[in-house]
Amino acid sequence: MSDAFSSTQIPVLSPADIVTARRATRDLCERLGFGKADQTRLATAVSELARNVIQYACEGVCIVEDASDNRTRRIRVQVEDRGPGITDIALAMTDGYSTSGGLGAGLPGTRRLVDDFQIESAPGRTRISITLHKPL
Amino acid sequence: MRIPILNLGRILLVSIQVDLTDSDAMEFQSDLVNRVAEIEALGVAIDITALDVVDSYMARVINDTAYMVRLLGAEAVICGVQPFVAMTLIEMGRDLLGANCAFNLEQGMEILQERIAKRGDAYLDEDENE
Repeated sequence: MSDAFSSTQIPVLSPADIVTARRATRDLCERLGFGKADQTRLATAVSELARNVIQYACEGVCIVEDASDNRTRRIRVQVEDRGPGITDIALAMTDGYSTSGGLGAGLPGTRRLVDDFQIESAPGRTRISITLHKPL
Repeated sequence: MRIPILNLGRILLVSIQVDLTDSDAMEFQSDLVNRVAEIEALGVAIDITALDVVDSYMARVINDTAYMVRLLGAEAVICGVQPFVAMTLIEMGRDLLGANCAFNLEQGMEILQERIAKRGDAYLDEDENE
C-alpha cells in the first residue's frame, strides 16, 4: 500500500543533470525525515547511477518518489535508460570491474549504500531501483 | 564554473564551494595542476568542507589531483571531508580517497608547512628564495 504523496521526475540528458538528480534526492530525503547520513548515502548512490546513464546510455530518467506506507518511511529512486544494457549483471556488480576504465566502484558501491537494490537490464532498457527505509 | 585558486606565498589554496559537474571537476584539476607547475608551488591545500556529496568520480578526481600535484614536486593535503561523506565513501569502497587529509584548512596549512620545512629544499616565502 504505497500512498505516495510526492514524486519527481528528472530527465538525465547531460552531466549537469547528475547534480540536479542528486539534489532532488537529498531534498526529498530531508523532507521525509531521513537523517544526514541517509541523505548523503542516497544522494551519492543517485549520483553514481545518473553518471552511468550519461556514460553508457547517453540519456535516461531518474524518478525520485516517496514510497512510504503506514509503518515504514521509504524513499525510492528509479533510474532508467534506453542504452545498450548490461551484458553480464553479476560481473558488473563485482568490485573493480569496469568497461569504461573507471574504478569499478559505481554499481557495487551503490548497492552497499542502500537498503534495497534491484536491477533489470536488457538491450534497450536498463532499470535500477534503489530504496532506503526506516520504521516510523 | 571556475574554482578560484589563491596564492599564499608558494602555497596554493583551493576551496570547492559548489557542487561541481564532471566537466567543472576536470577543469579544476587541470587549472590546479597547471598553476602548481607555473609558480612551482611547494604545497596545495584543497578544501572540500562545503561538499556534501562526493561520489566515486569526484573522489577519484580529487585523489588524482593530489597525486598529480605530488608528481610535480609539491605537497598536497585535502581538508574538511565531512563525516557523512567519509562514511559514505568507505561504505562504497575503500581507497576511494586515499590522499592525506586534515580536519580543516588551518590544520591542512600546518601539515603543509611542516612537510615543506622538513624537506628543507625550498623556502616558503618567495622573497627569501631569491
